[in-house]
Amino acid sequence: MVTVRLKVNDVAHEGRCEPRKLLVDFIREDLGLTGTHVGCEHGICGACTIMFNGEAARSCIMLAVQADGAELLTVEGLMREGKLHPLQEAFREHHGLQCGFCTPGMLLTALDFLRTNPSPNDREIREGISAVLCRCTGYQGIVNAVRAAAPTLAARR
Amino acid sequence: MKPPKFEYHAPRTVDEALALLGRYGGDAKVLAGGQSLMPLLNFRLARPAALVDLNRIASLAYIREHDGQIRFGAMTRQRTIEFSPVVAQRLPLLKEATRWVGHLPIRTRGTIGGSIAHADPSAEYPAVLAALEGEVVARGAKGERVIRAGDLFQTYLTTNLAPDEILTEVRLPAMPAGAGYALEEFARRHGDFAIIGIAAMVVRDGQRCKLARLATAGAGPVPVRLRAAEEILERDGLGDAAIEAAARRATELVDPDADIHASADYRRHLTGVLTKRALVRAIGVARG
Repeated sequence: MVTVRLKVNDVAHEGRCEPRKLLVDFIREDLGLTGTHVGCEHGICGACTIMFNGEAARSCIMLAVQADGAELLTVEGLMREGKLHPLQEAFREHHGLQCGFCTPGMLLTALDFLRTNPSPNDREIREGISAVLCRCTGYQGIVNAVRAAAPTLAARR
Repeated sequence: MKPPKFEYHAPRTVDEALALLGRYGGDAKVLAGGQSLMPLLNFRLARPAALVDLNRIASLAYIREHDGQIRFGAMTRQRTIEFSPVVAQRLPLLKEATRWVGHLPIRTRGTIGGSIAHADPSAEYPAVLAALEGEVVARGAKGERVIRAGDLFQTYLTTNLAPDEILTEVRLPAMPAGAGYALEEFARRHGDFAIIGIAAMVVRDGQRCKLARLATAGAGPVPVRLRAAEEILERDGLGDAAIEAAARRATELVDPDADIHASADYRRHLTGVLTKRALVRAIGVARG
């Protein structure tokens, strides 16, 4: 067993687990943060994407023990003071989700994408979110949402 | 879909990591970015006794210019390379190739050393290493050795790194100023491994070709340098006929395998098509 101390959404946590425990399972089962979803468990679908020390990463192909000392952001940390994050607002406004399964991964991936490309064109947005699979085939609404959120996020910087 | 049991070690230095590899005598796996190894563990296709995680070895992440080479610590992330000004200026082919590596959240974790040591023949970095005649540094208990790209890749997912050696550095010669370059790739879905990829560099002097470099991804068990196609350009120049001839020659130089993604014939055909496209684009951006 190993001890994992980390910060998730600005809150300090500590847990004990086997070294083979996947980070996504630690987040969901040990920390009770079930907003991060488990899809394919081999780094293809992107539903488990979180921010790891400020960068988007797939938590199903990382070990919990590797997050010892790290700062994570999960979908639960996007909302501030009872208000949706501008990206969440845009997803709601533009019908950027249907069943919602891919949504946490889409949000965190789009957040990192817009950080490095604050005013993308549609082709770049599609390439950016190609990291996450939406099985409702609702990509158009997601592209619209990311495009709409871009200026708001750029203005916040 | 969960990893099997293993012992886990996160050494702080390369020496500690080497001692651990020695202790397990070939039963340990080195964990770099984990973007290929972790899926293999989750599927239980890999069942090592131990993982030696290099992610806490800070001294393995750097980009340095030295003696006409750009040297990358093995744990330098692909995302760092994507945004590196040194890479943009001195190795624009590597920058272009990086945008084809997986997806954004893969590149934040994936490393240059891991990608090359994993030796997937469809991956972009091994093709660039081959095209630019790069080399890697391997450290083992007995010391350090430098391995040229042509000697490193043995077959699918197999290099000549010994089980108790760690790839510590990747060295690529800086591209000549004004060199044209392109990486062309076809995959069913953006971000997937290439069905075929072609890395190209040309150094031109008007319509003359001073130097041509072509290497494949996905066209066989290892990256293939298309030397005989390069020679056509270096001899006959950069006109349309020479490009056509080089692309045709490229299809004869590869011996691709068939798999679930594509037949051997299709891969051979694509090798010609993408060689031509890569050359046309590389010549278009070349100065001189």
